[in-house]
Amino acid sequence: MKHVALLAAFLLIAGPAAAQSTGKPAPWGPGADDAAFAQMLKASFKDKGIAKLDRLNQDETQAFCSDPGTASGPASAARREKIEAANLATVKWPSDGKWLGDWREGEKIAQSGRGNTWSDKADQPNGGNCYNCHQITAEEISHGTIGPSLLGYGKMRGQGEDVLKATWAKIYNAKSSNACSNMPRAGHMGILGEAQIKHLMALLLDPQSSVNK
Amino acid sequence: MGNPMKIRAASKDGVTEIKVLMSHEMETGQRKDASGAVVPAWFINEVTAKLDGKTVLQAQWGPSVSKNPYLAFKVKGGKAGDKVSVTWVDNKGDTRTDEATVT
Amino acid sequence: MDRVSMGIAAFLAVVAAFATAAYAQKDKAQEGIEAYREALQDGNPAELYEATGEELWKKPAGPKNATLEACDLGLGAGVVKGAYARLPRYFADTDKVQDLESRLLTCMSTLQGIDTKPYVEAAFGTPPKEDMNALAAFVSGQSKDIPAAVTPTHPKEQAMYELGKRMFFYQGGPYDFACATCHGQEGMRIRMQELPYISSNKGAAAGWTSWPAYRVSSGQMWSMQWRLNDCFRQQRFPEPVYASDATVALSMYMAANALGATMKTPGIKR
Repeated sequence: MKHVALLAAFLLIAGPAAAQSTGKPAPWGPGADDAAFAQMLKASFKDKGIAKLDRLNQDETQAFCSDPGTASGPASAARREKIEAANLATVKWPSDGKWLGDWREGEKIAQSGRGNTWSDKADQPNGGNCYNCHQITAEEISHGTIGPSLLGYGKMRGQGEDVLKATWAKIYNAKSSNACSNMPRAGHMGILGEAQIKHLMALLLDPQSSVNK
Repeated sequence: MGNPMKIRAASKDGVTEIKVLMSHEMETGQRKDASGAVVPAWFINEVTAKLDGKTVLQAQWGPSVSKNPYLAFKVKGGKAGDKVSVTWVDNKGDTRTDEATVT
Repeated sequence: MDRVSMGIAAFLAVVAAFATAAYAQKDKAQEGIEAYREALQDGNPAELYEATGEELWKKPAGPKNATLEACDLGLGAGVVKGAYARLPRYFADTDKVQDLESRLLTCMSTLQGIDTKPYVEAAFGTPPKEDMNALAAFVSGQSKDIPAAVTPTHPKEQAMYELGKRMFFYQGGPYDFACATCHGQEGMRIRMQELPYISSNKGAAAGWTSWPAYRVSSGQMWSMQWRLNDCFRQQRFPEPVYASDATVALSMYMAANALGATMKTPGIKR
């Protein structure tokens, strides 16, 4: 309950500020003001398994991106850049300077959608959920289209330092380059660990990977 | 006893189409429950359909037929007002018969 | 922008250009799946649940040993035909906006004297909550081929619509998912499952007119509350309380957006 009270306080801060920065009226009609919305959340959700109520507390990125009116458009460009910079600052680069792992392990991680739901156990490794949204190899036809195709990713780019850093940053924290990307922030949110991200890097960038054949 | 089947039968141009929706778990005997124990096989293994008292279809089914099986077939002959009856028997010896009238 | 950000922005531009070309046409796998779904339409096992639901509607139950036949689903006591097409709506006797399952709980409590707590707290598909799936199949089936007619006019209905819209866009949890992440754009799919764009009339119609539905892959009859519950699970959210305001608000958002579309309930899904 304390957590949801924090949420209510946060919404009260986030709401009016958004309206001021864009000069637009609030996107929600009467009845959906911050107090009413916070009350609805409080009464409508409960802890289950590892999914606790504190997941409803938003950070700055989530709060900003929850308002479709202010999240896009030229008026909020400055705000988006600040959010991208803040997300980029969270990126932890590889601890040993090595960027690539095993692309075959990467494929398994990309195929797995396990983890973080209330029916998952905390001690099980999480998957990357990647195929839910992306085409990745030519062989896997069961892929989503929410994200762009990654077929031939490494073949198109090579393994220059810029590419390694950009790809790492995108996987670690997708919002570092696009404030309201639909992609989860795998490293920053603790979904995937360093070793797993290296395997995904290899899946995308290793010339031997199916992605690049 | 089982749960009632839904049967629809319609006659047109000398052909009667019969559609049957059966309510049955159709356990293959391959599944394991949450505790790891095998869920015992429990499936329909015999189906008989009669039109106007005469047997028009007999089927032997196995565990590959899915839960709540849907069966549709056409029979030469038959007319509105005829009685359709469908009987299933499962591997536990349970049986059920339901009837409908051809429209 | 520093060098890393510029690099990221540049590579994203390349990827986006490639993506547009790749998804211009429906692929063969998708067409195959559509053909399979077409074939599923005949012989929907949901009909078995409609029959069970009708029995539950007419069976005396609870301490008052009463049936649900006097239940007012919005069109008057006992009127089932067409009621689902007009839900969710405001009810004066409870002074709140209710969806079908919320209203069924009200009737079970007031007409039959049943304690609805076990229905709220049980897992979906287990007793006694499983009865709600059969009742939902029955009632929704009585609105089949009737146009969805939910227009928020009462101030509480309008508020509920706005709350539903806000909930739809609300990002949270470790994946930053909102309903809008999957359902906020046209023409997207997750793996091979097409995702309706729920903010549009067409997309809302695709979703709202086909649930409750029988899911062939699990052999289960899912009510809309069950569908919403599993959405939140996949979103990595905490669990929504059964028939809570957030779930009714989202149903109000979908139903109102689906205005005019023909109800095809109960549906059948993969």
